Amino acid sequence: MTTSEGNGPVLSIRDLAVALPAGADRRYAVEGVSFDVGPGEIVCVVGESGSGKSVTAFSVMGLLAKGELAAERGEILLEGEDVLKASPERLRDLRGTRMAMIFQEPATALNPVMTIGDQIDEVLQIHTTLSPAERREKVIAIMEAMHLPDPQALYDRYPHQLSGGQRQRVMIAAAMVLDPVILIADEPTTALDVTTQAQILQLIKEMQERRRTGVLFITHDFGVVAEIADKVVVMRHGAIVEQGPAAEIFANPKVDYTRMLIASVPSLEPPSREPAMGPVAVETHDLVKGYGGKSWLGRATQPAFLAAKDVNLVVRRGETLGIVGESGSGKSTVARCIVRLVDPTSGAIEIAGTDIAGLSTRALRPYRRRVQMVFQDPYRSLNPRRTVGASVMEGAMNFGLSHEDALARAQRLMGLVGLSPDALDRYPHQFSGGQRQRIAIARALAMEPDVLIADEAVSALDVSVQKQVLELLDQVKREFDLALLFITHDLRVAAQICDRIAVMRRGEVVEEGPTRELFLNPRHEYTRTLLAAAPGRHLGHAVAAE
Amino acid sequence: MPLLVLQRLVSTIPVLLVVAVVVFLMLRVSGDPAAIIAGDTATSAQIEAVRQAFGFDRPIWEQFLAWIGQVLQGDLGESLFTGLPVTTLIAQRIEPTLMLALTTIVFSVLVAVPLGVLAAWRSGTWIDRAVMVFAVLGFSVPVFVLGYGFMYVFSIELRLLPVQGYTSPFEDFGAFAQGIILPTLTLSCIYVALIARITRASVLETLNEDYIRTARAKGQVERTVLFRHALRNAAVPIVTVIGLGVALLIGGVVVTESVFNIPGLGRLVVDAITRRDYPIIQGLILFFALIYVVLNLMIDLAYTMLDPRIRY
Repeated sequence: MTTSEGNGPVLSIRDLAVALPAGADRRYAVEGVSFDVGPGEIVCVVGESGSGKSVTAFSVMGLLAKGELAAERGEILLEGEDVLKASPERLRDLRGTRMAMIFQEPATALNPVMTIGDQIDEVLQIHTTLSPAERREKVIAIMEAMHLPDPQALYDRYPHQLSGGQRQRVMIAAAMVLDPVILIADEPTTALDVTTQAQILQLIKEMQERRRTGVLFITHDFGVVAEIADKVVVMRHGAIVEQGPAAEIFANPKVDYTRMLIASVPSLEPPSREPAMGPVAVETHDLVKGYGGKSWLGRATQPAFLAAKDVNLVVRRGETLGIVGESGSGKSTVARCIVRLVDPTSGAIEIAGTDIAGLSTRALRPYRRRVQMVFQDPYRSLNPRRTVGASVMEGAMNFGLSHEDALARAQRLMGLVGLSPDALDRYPHQFSGGQRQRIAIARALAMEPDVLIADEAVSALDVSVQKQVLELLDQVKREFDLALLFITHDLRVAAQICDRIAVMRRGEVVEEGPTRELFLNPRHEYTRTLLAAAPGRHLGHAVAAE
Repeated sequence: MPLLVLQRLVSTIPVLLVVAVVVFLMLRVSGDPAAIIAGDTATSAQIEAVRQAFGFDRPIWEQFLAWIGQVLQGDLGESLFTGLPVTTLIAQRIEPTLMLALTTIVFSVLVAVPLGVLAAWRSGTWIDRAVMVFAVLGFSVPVFVLGYGFMYVFSIELRLLPVQGYTSPFEDFGAFAQGIILPTLTLSCIYVALIARITRASVLETLNEDYIRTARAKGQVERTVLFRHALRNAAVPIVTVIGLGVALLIGGVVVTESVFNIPGLGRLVVDAITRRDYPIIQGLILFFALIYVVLNLMIDLAYTMLDPRIRY
């Protein structure tokens, strides 16, 4: 399991068992976990939520939630030293110097009120006796190594002034500034756009090659694994089900679970689809949404920034139109305009032949029912203090349905989205992410809409769950003859479900066409960039070829 | 930053103008101002004389302009009873109030913020519960009960501190310090309770944030995690409550000054109201409004310094 040079592993986990608090659904969060990470080796720990992959990573750092989780057995050897036996002081010494960690969401992992430079510098302040000038020099150097633009200027900026990719680079800079022997990366690219994800993966590879850092990479996405892993550890229900060299795992997965995870990675091969011929459900004409441009006294002037520029889209009933783009491309703005969560600056939005772009709140009300939305984060889009039933039934009852009828409809919909009708009496926190998204879909369907907008509706879900929710969306679209507007940053996902795709960039639609055509013959360069960045793009072929 | 301060200062003008109009009308809507000023036993000839002297016979907008002109020149009129200018009276009384407010806020913040952070850090333990029990008590016990209680224990039984009165720190600092302890403790209780509670809640929330985990992953010691990372992110609600506390202090000062017989603005207000000394009441309302506005401005500026994401 060591690298070709024959060095010992930098990290060696032996028979690790972490106990869950009493009353949990199982006794151990992880049990019997053993694997090694060699110098300059990238080990991917793959599994769904609840598989224990993050618990394993946090155990190494000694960052398990105090009083809730505790390592009960086994050892974690960092360069031969058992960190489970280390004192809190010793652990603090090791963190940041010998081992370092980066996290899923760089936007929240950085302190919003400290400058970028100070946050990297903090590691040096804690662990070194360098002078302020020496520290600054070192910080600038590591920022340069992370390919951050203009480090001198960036040093005094705050996290909110940076892009998501830059923030993750800052996190990596802080982690790498003292050259640790192991970098633990907990889903570091899950919250990023595909193109940014590709760049960050590239950067991590570079670290591993140039600095010979061992990398423990946690992910749920076999597409990402295919991009970077030397070795793969597959976890399920707190135990390792399979491990081995990446090539071997992909070529010859031994257990069904691994095969299922690999198969869940959406391939870039769109199935061919019949063009939809239904009546037009929603249509936008030269839709524009501008922001800013308010004068001192609050009077509107020319917008300072256009989030959407002259967007023309048509969605027919029974058709799925994908809007694909990165964050800031304006794809969500278009969706929010169509639902009239925001008011468009100019242009028309026709629903069933009526332009709703300028309708007053009162005149708009009958159209509200016709367009429904499913949001990205199922953890925050359902009211935690109301039962699922209350959330699902509320909208329909607002539009005049009696309690009995609404309840009957809600029960029918629960069955349709694959949940039991008694789910209606429970609260959102009792459900998993995938189940919550099913509830959110049921809530939207309870309004009997013509148009369903799914705004990054599967982005927060594990790939395996993602696949099931995509299938559900496709199924309800056919069953209710819906016009489905599917918004995503991930072309792989769009390939699976969309009949047509519009690619957006900086507020403009740069290319639009039938999915298969767009994938086989991308005309715009930006579309080609997006395609090239999709993780695991070769995976589909590999599995298909078997 | 200077531009921001200027902008905010300019935007306070309408607020102060509204206050000025209300204060001006206060006297006019409560009956015939001339009759009020002349007093209950005045004859109609005396009332007429007052009307002439104060210009109440002129059109109301003319009166307002004349009055606001005076106010802008710093002339708030004269007391109906002593004949002394209101500005002089305020100047005489401001020092004790200012000192009491200052000691109270400094003491409250110094005690409450660490208590709140400690309670959040050790949430769920007996330390947390003890702090919270104290916070509930601090809220519930009325100021005058506390004041007389402290006075009884420390001044009358233990004979450690003076019972009442005020000495200026510029005359005799030792006497000032001795005299200010009990009023400060009395007035602080409710603020310590309030600020500690908010600090606890706010810090507890930030302790769950991802960047706290990041700080720990860097190997940061717990104390720095708490005070550098958690507290500063928790600061906006805390500063808001401190600012509001200072504003509300003016109300608390009235009772405390009466209990401890301190010749401050609170006492001036009480005396003016019981004697219906309108110019003093008007002047004090304007003065307090100005303080509120300035305080609010300072809170807003503090926000922008504490949280770089906040811009106006």
